[in-house]
Amino acid sequence: MATITPLLPPAAGKVSDDKASAMAALESLLAIRFFEEAVDGMFARGLMHGTMHLSIGQEAVATGVCAALRQTDFITSTHRGHSHCIAKGADLTRMMAELLAKQTGYCRGRGGSMHIADAKTGNLGANGIVAGGIPIAAGAALAQKLKKTDNVVVSFFGDGATNEGAFHEALNLASVWDLPVIFVCENNKYGMSFSTAKSMKVERISERAAAYAMPGVTVDGNDVDAVYEATKQAVDRARAGQGPTLIECVTYRHKGHSKSDKNLYRTKEEIDFWKTKDPVGKFETLLIEKGILTKEQAEQITENVRNEIRNAITEAQAAPDSDPAELLSSVFRAVN
Amino acid sequence: MSERVITYAEAIREAIGQAMESDPSVFMLGEDIGVYGGAFGVSGDLYHRFGEERVRDTPISEMGIVGAAVGAALVGMKPIVEIQFSDFTAHAMDQIVNQAAKIHFMLGGELSVPMVLRAPSGSGTGAAAQHSQSLETWFAHVPGLKVVLPSSPMEAKGLLLSAIDDPNPVIVLEHKLLYKTSGHVPEEMYKTPIGVARVLREGKDLTIVATGVMVSRSLEAAAQLSQMGIEATVIDPRTLSPLDMGPINDSISQTGRVMLVQEAPKHVGFIAEIAARISEGPAIYSLTEPVKRLCGMDVPIPYAPQLEKAVVPQLPDIVSGAQDLMRGV
Ligand SMILES: Cc1ncc(C[n+]2csc(CCOP(=O)(O)OP(=O)(O)O)c2C)c(N)n1
Ligand SMILES: [Mg+2]
Repeated sequence: MATITPLLPPAAGKVSDDKASAMAALESLLAIRFFEEAVDGMFARGLMHGTMHLSIGQEAVATGVCAALRQTDFITSTHRGHSHCIAKGADLTRMMAELLAKQTGYCRGRGGSMHIADAKTGNLGANGIVAGGIPIAAGAALAQKLKKTDNVVVSFFGDGATNEGAFHEALNLASVWDLPVIFVCENNKYGMSFSTAKSMKVERISERAAAYAMPGVTVDGNDVDAVYEATKQAVDRARAGQGPTLIECVTYRHKGHSKSDKNLYRTKEEIDFWKTKDPVGKFETLLIEKGILTKEQAEQITENVRNEIRNAITEAQAAPDSDPAELLSSVFRAVN
Repeated sequence: MSERVITYAEAIREAIGQAMESDPSVFMLGEDIGVYGGAFGVSGDLYHRFGEERVRDTPISEMGIVGAAVGAALVGMKPIVEIQFSDFTAHAMDQIVNQAAKIHFMLGGELSVPMVLRAPSGSGTGAAAQHSQSLETWFAHVPGLKVVLPSSPMEAKGLLLSAIDDPNPVIVLEHKLLYKTSGHVPEEMYKTPIGVARVLREGKDLTIVATGVMVSRSLEAAAQLSQMGIEATVIDPRTLSPLDMGPINDSISQTGRVMLVQEAPKHVGFIAEIAARISEGPAIYSLTEPVKRLCGMDVPIPYAPQLEKAVVPQLPDIVSGAQDLMRGV
C-alpha cells in the first residue's frame, strides 16, 4: 500500500492560505506528476502494455476539485483518469498493480488504465467511452437525492466530451431534477487532435450551462486555488439542494493524447508556452512565496512523494499476475 | 376457490408495486410512466401509490435515463427503467452495452449494477419498422447482461421479481401482444428463477422450443397437432442469458425431432444459438431429422396488416411446420 496525505479543504479561504490543506494539495500534485512520469517511463521501456492517457499538465484540476470533496462524495472519471483517482485518495500500489496487469490491481487486471474504480474512495470508475460517465454521475446524484444524503457527485470529462449527446442529456436531467452533481470539464484545448476552435462555436464551454439553466463558470485550470474555490461554491450549492453547476477548467496536456500521438496538430511553441504555466511548479512557488512552506520543506515533500511512487512500483511488481482461471465466474455477481 | 386471473400488464405492475413496497431502494424511471400510466399502461396507478419521486417521469432522453439508472444502481439503488419501445434502446446502447454490462467485470468486481431495463418488444400492432422489432439477440450477445422474455402473466411477475432482486443488469423484453392477455397469477410475491427453462407440454413426437409470443402460439399449435395425432413437447427457455439447455436436450433425446420458433429474423437470430448448442451434442445423436427453424423473415417489420402477418410465424405456420418435420420435408 502506498498513499499520500488525503486532500482536505482549507479552514477558510484559499487552499494556499492553509498549511495543512496546502501541503496535502502539493503532495497530490506531485503524486500525480510522478505517477504519470513513472508509468510513461515504464511504458517506454516496454514494462507496461496497452495504452494510457496521461494528465501531466492537468494536475491542478483533480487536486483543486477533490480538495472540496469528502471521502463519501462520489466521482466519475475518464480515460485520462489517473489524476482523479489519485486525488480522490486511491492506493497508488493498487493503481500501479492494475497497470502492470497484476491480480492485486484495482480491477484484477481486467480493466487497466481506462477502468480503474475504487469503491472505498467513491470513485465510480474511469471510462473508455468519451462522456460515458456523465449520465452515470447524474444517476449517482439522483440516488443521493432519493436516499436523502448530502453527498455530492463530481463528473470529470474533457472538452471533447461536451459534443456528445450523453453530456447534454445528463446536464438536462441534472437540471430538471436539481441533482447534487458538479460537472467538471477539463478543457485542454483538444479532443485527441481536434481543437475546440473547430469542434464548437461557443467561446467557452461554460456557456453551455445556460442551455440547462445552471451556473457555468470558467476558471484557470492550472491554479489549484481557483479550481478549489469554484468547486467549493458548486459543492455548497449542490449540498444545499440547489442543483448542478458546470465548471470549465482551462488547462493543457503536456504529453500526447495517448501513446500513438505524434503531435502533428499543435506547435512546439504552443506546448512550450503552456509548460511555462506548469501547475505543479506554480503552486510550489506560490507556497514558498507566501511563506506557507520553506524551500527545504517543499523538497522534503517532493522526496517523500517520490519514495511513495517507488514503493508503489516495487510492491506492485512483486504481486502475482492476474489470473485467467477466475474469468468466467467474474462476469456476473453471484445471486444470493 | 377459483384461481385469480389478471393480465400480463397487471402482473408486471403488481410485481413492481410489491417490490417497491418491500424495498425502499426500488424505484422506476421512464418516459410517461407517471400520471399517463405508461405507453402500454403498465405503470398504471403506481404513480399515485408511490409518488413522483419513485415513479419518475423522465425527459425523452434514453441514453440519459439508462445512464442515470446505471449510476443509481452503482451506489445502492435498484432502478427499474422502462424504455417506451425496445427499438429505442438503440439510443441507449452505450449505457447498456459498454457501461451496465461491463462494470462488474471490468472494474474488478467491487461494484455491480443491479438494474432492470424493461421494454415492450415485438410486432403485431401495426406500428411498423421502428416500433416492432425483436432485438433480444443484441443483448444476449453481450456478456454481462441477463436477458429475459416472459411469455405469460405468471412468468412476467415471477421473472420480474427475480430480475429486480438480481445484483446484475437484467433486460426484460415484454411482448406487446401479451400485455392484454390473461392468466392465473398468484397474489403473493414469488420468484421465477432466471436461467431455468420451462416445459409447458410434453409429447413424444417432436420438441418445439419457442420464445416470447411464440410460446403461446406454439401451445395452440400443439393442441391442434394433437387432434391430428401428433404430440409435441413445448419448451420456453424463458431466459436467453443464461440459457438452460437441459430440458431441451432431454426432450430431443425422447422425440428425435426439434423445431425452433422465434419472431425475430432468422439470420443470426437467437434461436440459431440453440441450434448450435444442440449440434454440439449430445442431443444431435438423437435427431432423426435436421433441426428446423421457423423465424421471422429477414426484412424490417412492415405496416400493412397482411404484410406484417406475413413476416412472422403465425399459428398455421407452426402447425404446418410441425407436420413437415414429421413427414421429413
Ligand atoms: C464515444 C467515443 N468516441 C471516441 C473515442 C476515442 N477517443 C478517446 S479519448 C478521445 C478524445 C477525448 O477528448 P476530450 O474529451 O477532450 O478528453 P481528453 O482526451 O482531451 O482528456 C477520443 C476521440 C472514445 N473513446 N469514445
Ligand atoms: Mg480535451
